[in-house]
Amino acid sequence: MTEDTPPTDPVPPHGAGAQRSGNDPPKKRGVPEGVWVRCPGCGQTVFRKLVDERQGLCPECDHHFYISARDRIAHLLDAESFEEWDENLRPSDPLGFSDRKPYAERLVSEQKRTGMPEACVSGRGYLRGRPLALAITDSAFIMGSMGSVVGEKLTRAIERATEQKLPLAIVSGSGGGARMHEGIFSLMQMGKTCAALGKLNEAGGLFISVLTNPTMGGVAASFASLGDVVLAEPKALIGFAGPRVVEATVKQKLPGGFQTSEFLLDHGFVDRIVSRPDLRGEIARLIDYCSR
Amino acid sequence: MPAAPLLPFERPIRQLEEKLAALEADPDPSSHLRDAVRALRREIREKTREVFENLDAAQTVKVARHAERPQTRDYIELVFDEFVELHGDRAFGDDRAILTGFAKLDGQRVLLVGQQKGRTLKERTECYYGCAHPEGYRKALEKMRLAEKFGLPVVCLIDTPGAYPGVGAEERGQSYAIALNLREMARLKTPIVCCVIGEGGSGGALGIGIGDHVAVMQFAYYSVISPEGCAGILYRTEGGATPANVDRAANALKFTSDHLLEFGIIEEVVEEPPGGAHRDHRAAAGALKESLGRAVRELSGLSPDELLAHRYERFRRIGQFEEAVAAEIAGDASAEDATTASST
Ligand SMILES: [Zn+2]
Repeated sequence: MTEDTPPTDPVPPHGAGAQRSGNDPPKKRGVPEGVWVRCPGCGQTVFRKLVDERQGLCPECDHHFYISARDRIAHLLDAESFEEWDENLRPSDPLGFSDRKPYAERLVSEQKRTGMPEACVSGRGYLRGRPLALAITDSAFIMGSMGSVVGEKLTRAIERATEQKLPLAIVSGSGGGARMHEGIFSLMQMGKTCAALGKLNEAGGLFISVLTNPTMGGVAASFASLGDVVLAEPKALIGFAGPRVVEATVKQKLPGGFQTSEFLLDHGFVDRIVSRPDLRGEIARLIDYCSR
Repeated sequence: MPAAPLLPFERPIRQLEEKLAALEADPDPSSHLRDAVRALRREIREKTREVFENLDAAQTVKVARHAERPQTRDYIELVFDEFVELHGDRAFGDDRAILTGFAKLDGQRVLLVGQQKGRTLKERTECYYGCAHPEGYRKALEKMRLAEKFGLPVVCLIDTPGAYPGVGAEERGQSYAIALNLREMARLKTPIVCCVIGEGGSGGALGIGIGDHVAVMQFAYYSVISPEGCAGILYRTEGGATPANVDRAANALKFTSDHLLEFGIIEEVVEEPPGGAHRDHRAAAGALKESLGRAVRELSGLSPDELLAHRYERFRRIGQFEEAVAAEIAGDASAEDATTASST
């Protein structure tokens, strides 16, 4: 739905750029391959191992590199506590769509490249001993965009959180918004996930939305904005319309920091900006404040 | 009708119409001439049907955006007996891209929410060509809550290229405004009937589109992304959103009313008069009125709980995916392993 791809940095090393090459072996880590990595935040070349040790933060400037959904789970949940839900859901090609290559082929190459069947991982686990339903959209898989599988997995996670009275956290990393390739089916996932959140809300369930770089378009304009508490990682790109579309519409240079986490905080749409290593503690504290 | 801008595929129809006008100009027609006039009228009807039955998606978009196509303001005159406009979102302003107010439909009191694109340059500028800001979505929600309080059904007429992509819209929370409408409309305890009357542009359309009964007019479209936006992405290396590429994108997205019905996204296609709604506002309004009235009557028999359960299920079931069996997950997690166990 967003007509922009985010600017160069937020795109993970195997994000949008890699959409063009389907033959790379799956990469396990978010930080680029190699011993050294150049930080887009400060421009310095930093030791990759140090970045990994800091949950994907630059040791010089705290720039938040992309990390995969799997790494995210490892950072947030207690060791070995994650039980995955609906890992058997696979995307299909309802429109017979084709971009630079047929969508069916793109799905296969994305699956091989990322080692993930789709852009969303969901399940339950424990966070510092607190039971939690957790879902993550991973921007490495077709920009983390929401098609039928992402919508269905999120909806099932929301429904289970409601039934099992679990606090719910969804970590969004979706530059692609609603996935163009599945057309109207993707748009309707916005309605589906929000309807499920409506029921969770009525049941008094807690939903913590964590916005990471990037969260745009139909994902921003649906479940991701509806947290009882909305957290954002620093300097993430978050917005409805892509910055290039906005720029083309208003025909002027965009204000500095436009559509960043800090911009959203200033305008009242984010509760707290939280650095990645602090997320675990923050979520635990919020759960404690909001438990009945 | 002669002043209406002509779409390329309407040209053969227009040529016949001009021929007819010439024949009819004769003040004292012979019986032979009267026969010719009758034959020509039949030919025009058949040609119109033939052309409009075979429109592709790109041509449908041109009909959906036709300058003379009836808009919410026209339908307020032609479909509803009364309209008591209610302004303002109680927070920032009064967005002219979304009109809200009490209205009477066949004597039934309803709350109308309609996106308005505007026809004159002044009006189009005022309502940003039908692209609402957050205050428009907030206004819609405020008035829908009012309808819920007094048990009025809500009627939403959707006609927007998309929510406005501007700096102010982002500052005032376009994402949150749309998201909140999706969640709250899903739980609103009064019937909601929606119809896409022209353009159903992505989140901006869905933001007033969570209903119990959703219809699309025959030559309207409803899409996750504009054909221009899609073309810009798909054919970035081939010139981007050129007219030819936009047409290609439109056809790839399968967003026309026939596809939407086949996909189970909508309940109904509202048939338009021959040659499209822009050629006969009154006939288009008649068909729309019949559809809205029927849907409202059917839904008014349901209790709030039944209504909400039905609305939830309506959106819950949408999605096409496959479920791989457990043995295959253990192996290579690729699409080839997936069985077609389920597909909704
Ligand atoms: Zn750095």
